[in-house]
Amino acid sequence: MSFPWAKNYEPQQPLMKWLDEKLPLPRLVYNAIGAGYPVPRNLNYFWNFGVLAGAALAIQIITGIVLAMHYAANATVAFNSVEHIMRDVNAGWFIRYAHMNGASMFFIVVYLHIFRGLYYGSYKAPREMVWLLGVVIFLLMMATAFMGYVLPWGQMSFWGAQVITGFFSAIPIVGEPVREWLLGGFVPDNATLNRFFSLHYLLPFVILGVVILHIWALHIPGSNNPTGIEVKDEQDTVPFHPYYTAKDGFGLGIFLLIFVALTFFSPNALGHADNYIPANSLSTPAHIVPEWYFLPFYAILKAFTFNFLWIDAKLWGVIAMFGSIALLFFLPWLDSSPVKSSTYRPLYRIFFWILVVDVFLLGWCGMQPAEQPWVILSQLGAIYYFAHFLVILPIVSRIERPLPMPNSITEAVLAKHADTSSAATA
Amino acid sequence: MVRPLGFLVGLGFITALVLAILTTPLANEHNATHEFHKHPEKLKLASDGLVPHWDKAQLQRGMQVYKEVCSACHSLHLVAFRDIGELGYTEGQVKAFAKGFQVPSINPDTGEPATRDGLSSDYFPSPYANETAARAANNNALPPDLSLITKAREGGKDYVYSLLTGFQNPPANLPAELKPGTGLHYNPYFANLNLAMAPPLTKGQVTFADGSPNDVKSMAADVTAFLVWTAEPKLVKRVQVGYAAFLFLLIFSVLTYLSYRNIWADKKH
Repeated sequence: MSFPWAKNYEPQQPLMKWLDEKLPLPRLVYNAIGAGYPVPRNLNYFWNFGVLAGAALAIQIITGIVLAMHYAANATVAFNSVEHIMRDVNAGWFIRYAHMNGASMFFIVVYLHIFRGLYYGSYKAPREMVWLLGVVIFLLMMATAFMGYVLPWGQMSFWGAQVITGFFSAIPIVGEPVREWLLGGFVPDNATLNRFFSLHYLLPFVILGVVILHIWALHIPGSNNPTGIEVKDEQDTVPFHPYYTAKDGFGLGIFLLIFVALTFFSPNALGHADNYIPANSLSTPAHIVPEWYFLPFYAILKAFTFNFLWIDAKLWGVIAMFGSIALLFFLPWLDSSPVKSSTYRPLYRIFFWILVVDVFLLGWCGMQPAEQPWVILSQLGAIYYFAHFLVILPIVSRIERPLPMPNSITEAVLAKHADTSSAATA
Repeated sequence: MVRPLGFLVGLGFITALVLAILTTPLANEHNATHEFHKHPEKLKLASDGLVPHWDKAQLQRGMQVYKEVCSACHSLHLVAFRDIGELGYTEGQVKAFAKGFQVPSINPDTGEPATRDGLSSDYFPSPYANETAARAANNNALPPDLSLITKAREGGKDYVYSLLTGFQNPPANLPAELKPGTGLHYNPYFANLNLAMAPPLTKGQVTFADGSPNDVKSMAADVTAFLVWTAEPKLVKRVQVGYAAFLFLLIFSVLTYLSYRNIWADKKH
């Protein structure tokens, strides 16, 4: 693991020496996120988001455990128990709003983390396993977030659960029994709420476990960097501590500033008014819309309106929605270009930015009612999404002629500084 | 192997989508409701903006409007009498206010259902015994609980205020199918334009002890301000704590930035 020049943990204090002999936990931390982990010296701010995602997970687990002390997972009292937290529990409003907006912050940083991975080719060999575990984390996050949104038992909780579990009923023959088995009934009810609460408490710890594997897998090849060139010798790297702990500390400050602004000044901006109405199985909201972080996928689901071949439109939508995430598992093999960073990939870079715009477009369409022009825009958006990963990317990675690359990270860094200093003198 | 298979899967999705585009009509069905529906008017309150505070006199007037008008049909079941101490009432006033309500209870000798005088720890009682009774009294419409109403509607307080002040005669060009039926009232701020609630406020309906204006707009603004408080009694505190947390983190960020620059000073990157 890691590079030959990695610093070795040498405890000075007798207590730490004793501990290191019996249980080398400080050594593990030292090698994972301490001075024992050499990291490329040229990482930009996009490399902050891994640590920030970890911080967001920690915030969600801590606030969630406190909320669970006051929340009651029973369909008759769940809604009022959330209001009890908001009104009667000491600082309950803060814990609840922090958890609510913490979920959004978690998705924001994870989406930026994924953006970084896509732009700088972090998913490619030798880091395929890091990427695969990351996609697993993303799927677990989506399941956890969905079930968490059901717990306040408001109108959008109930109808969201109705719609999302309804995906399973699109499966031929076994679909309806599977859906009833998942819900524990014919419609979302107390059985559903209880199992969702149980799983919502369990899954974050599963995520934590996969995060540990994700970091473990990362430490074998070491971190990627903006040039995408692998580390060659010691001068390409700096020890994680203090260099990147300091930079991540600053990143954490900015992250918390945005988090605090959202939580204290506009806590309901990303939510839905309907979720302050208690769940009612007899009254369907005018627009059932998922949380913002699911919107692009929801737009893909709704884009399929035609029964093609023997598969009906609904099943197409469900397959495409799950497929749009599942294809990420194959990304390291869909993209055969050995060049990682988009900096040296002139053609890929263009299509990548179209993809970014496309995902925003899909997100916007996901919010809208099933009316034109939103339907056709989401259909066009979905076409580009699948075309990008399954058609364009394999072709581009074959025909593209990469730009000339520096020989090493250090050379790239020194060239950049030579540029800026000559620009300064000129 | 992955690439040819992926290509085929991609082609399948794309074909299904192209066919979906070709078979989906580009024109929307005409929806006349959209033409008459209005967006809520803005209502300015002391609890808005960057430095929110509670206008306690207004909240007290709003509570009076709720008690004398709205509470005939609408419950407020998340608000306890003890909570209204925050509106500037003394403990004695809260007790006296609670005592003015009869709350469900049991007879301590027989166990039969009974009522008793309200206590500070009680919640605002519901005007109806249950949903069936509420619907029976309201032409089968159910008056919603108002505790969270300003958070539970798109448009929030602006919507509530606009709805209260927006009752009017239907415009002459309103299509027949959108005209209010029996027991319904035209209101362009309501989603489907026709509302079961009759115009609740009339000029001079409530007399305020401080002699504040009691036209429909003023009373609507007062009761909306009160309902903003019932929906989020911790709003002002929340923003105040937010400033403290923000300031703390701003200093934290400056210090971490300086230490980051200091640590990296000798390292080109």
